[in-house]
Amino acid sequence: MRYKNYVLICGGTACESSKADEIYRNIQKELEANNVHGETQALKTGCFGFCEKGPIVKMLPDESFYVHVKPEDAKELVEEHIVKGRRVTRLLYNKPDCTTSAVASVDDIDFYKKQVRVVLRNCGFIDPEDINEYIARDGYVALEKVLFDISADDVIKELETSGLRGRGGAGFPTWRKWMFTKNTESDQKFIVCNADEGDPGAYMDRSILEGDPHAVLEAMTIAGKTVGASRGYIYIRAEYPLAIHRLEIAIKQAKEGGLLGDNILESGFNFNIEIRLGAGAFVCGEETALLASLEGKRGMPIPRPPFPAVKGLWGKPTIINNVETYANIPAIIRNGGASFAAKGTEASKGTKVFALTGKIANSGLIEVPMGITLREIVYEIGGGIPNGKKFKAVQTGGPSGGMITSEFLDAPIDFDNLTKLGSMMGSGGMIVMDEDDCAVDVTKFYLEFTVEESCGKCTPCRIGGAQLYHYLEKITNGEGTMEDIESMRKISRAMQKASLCALGQTAPNPIISTLKFFEDEYLAHIKDRKCPAGKCQKMIRYVINEKCIGCTACVRKCPVNCITGEKKQMHVIDQAACVKCGECERVCKFAAIVKN
Amino acid sequence: MAKLTRADLKKIRDAKSKEIRRRDPEGKTTHVIIGLGTCGIKAGARETFDAFLDEVDANEKLQLEVTVTQTGCMKGGCDGKNEPTISVIASGMEPTVYGNVKPDAVKRIVNEHIIGRKTVSDLVIDLK
Repeated sequence: MRYKNYVLICGGTACESSKADEIYRNIQKELEANNVHGETQALKTGCFGFCEKGPIVKMLPDESFYVHVKPEDAKELVEEHIVKGRRVTRLLYNKPDCTTSAVASVDDIDFYKKQVRVVLRNCGFIDPEDINEYIARDGYVALEKVLFDISADDVIKELETSGLRGRGGAGFPTWRKWMFTKNTESDQKFIVCNADEGDPGAYMDRSILEGDPHAVLEAMTIAGKTVGASRGYIYIRAEYPLAIHRLEIAIKQAKEGGLLGDNILESGFNFNIEIRLGAGAFVCGEETALLASLEGKRGMPIPRPPFPAVKGLWGKPTIINNVETYANIPAIIRNGGASFAAKGTEASKGTKVFALTGKIANSGLIEVPMGITLREIVYEIGGGIPNGKKFKAVQTGGPSGGMITSEFLDAPIDFDNLTKLGSMMGSGGMIVMDEDDCAVDVTKFYLEFTVEESCGKCTPCRIGGAQLYHYLEKITNGEGTMEDIESMRKISRAMQKASLCALGQTAPNPIISTLKFFEDEYLAHIKDRKCPAGKCQKMIRYVINEKCIGCTACVRKCPVNCITGEKKQMHVIDQAACVKCGECERVCKFAAIVKN
Repeated sequence: MAKLTRADLKKIRDAKSKEIRRRDPEGKTTHVIIGLGTCGIKAGARETFDAFLDEVDANEKLQLEVTVTQTGCMKGGCDGKNEPTISVIASGMEPTVYGNVKPDAVKRIVNEHIIGRKTVSDLVIDLK
């Protein structure tokens, strides 16, 4: 039996929740009904990244890229594309060239053109629930190398050559972490994977685990062999059921195949990996809080040093790396650190996965070389801002990050540049904002998040965060004063200096960043009592102007009956009763209702 | 699955590598497209498809360079005389359409066009 055609159905969380599984089952059924299942393989893969267009079905090797596919399209896709070789153009994203009848390569789609898939190379290509697929793509070659051919020092040397820095946010050189743990004498050491991805809008780690779980298992096993650890833990949030499910399958298959457990590949090396579920506390993404939670304690950070690399889980030396960091490692060991270092900038090597969301035409998961500009990401990969709106800023680094405004669109993106711009790499969330977004309102959203997620152990974070939020609320309610801005600056400085962990130290970052780039918006809220973006509900008023013909359409739509007036006469809105839902503005055919 | 040895891992990689390469369009420089319209199939286009895959699978270099895919009826080719029709798009060469490509012609196209990079002129047809 030999497959000629491959039908790849995206099985990431986003497509899965849009019935990808049903699409997969229907395709399977249709393949059998048309008796082509012997020459066509249907595979459910990890995320293709182009989530905006999901659910996606990709045909290989001819690279037809079908978007917004519904379960009922399965019949047509199989009968037309597979059986008769005719493309279903209504669902096709990349239209064929009529002179050659070949479709444009997926790499030629604008969304993919500038992407470089290293971490995500298997994601959206292999079936993550089949270990053989991973093995066939040179999976576990790196582990073999580490077990049989090269020394622990060689591994660390390769990591050093690669220049790999931690993808969880802080960008600490991975080889140094590993070296510290290796050089610390101990009867037991641990390998921990931080999969407690919590930044709003970020789903890089989830997608890696869903699409290529063995890459992480292989890297953790390599880490175990390198530093002399026999146990590993993956700390993953319980809100990621699909990633957990695929990890469980991967661990089970690796154990059965002797790639985990005792005497791995008859090398005499033992290594086991267990999954630990986090209950969804953001602070547990902080490494010391994560380790406390792993030990069964309340997830609260402790001061560093000592760093976990020296004294971590149960007081033992512990390597704790993020999912994406691990996912880079098999390729570095397999192809050599130099090949990894060939991509990226001077101090930030390799690629980075970002979750591109917000006001962007092509939202999705992207992997780009370090050093790419924000302009390329937003306008070429992302396809620009929808509805002809104006670009305002990109928020990177989640609640710990800041805004990058249009004047920095051409700055190369890497760890150090983002920090210089007053933001940070963070784990890779990128939220695009347009002119309709209010800088103060967005900042309030992030502060609300960090206040909610503060563990409460240290005063600066617990009290400071709440105070900052209070001021922002005051300002967005139209009650702010100029003194409030000064107070916010003071509290921010105190939190940065005195908070125990990164959560509190970085919580003021959105405020500092927006005060720097959008001070005028704060001033408009405070001095003019106006929200320039028209976002802060308490500050907007809907008024009816002389264009009103008294058609009463708004009266019928208003949920609180606050619009009154005689038929065919100009109407008025009772401002005290208005809930600013904006329904009247939407329903008015005469542009007689305006927001100001 | 029984516990694997290094030899087993190699066996899995070897056994599956052809298939993975067939699936993967990455880095391919030559694209063979088989016309699988109804009359193409009737004239033996499926056998032609298989013959191309046999040639590619037997040669590691071709596995990395050549993609074989299918399309529907090739416009103008289906006057009954030229089936099966195929087209070969090799980078750096003009896209070429061949007619009457029975399995024995496949060998010539692979050897002369894809490996030798010279058009097999007596098999070329002109699609209007």
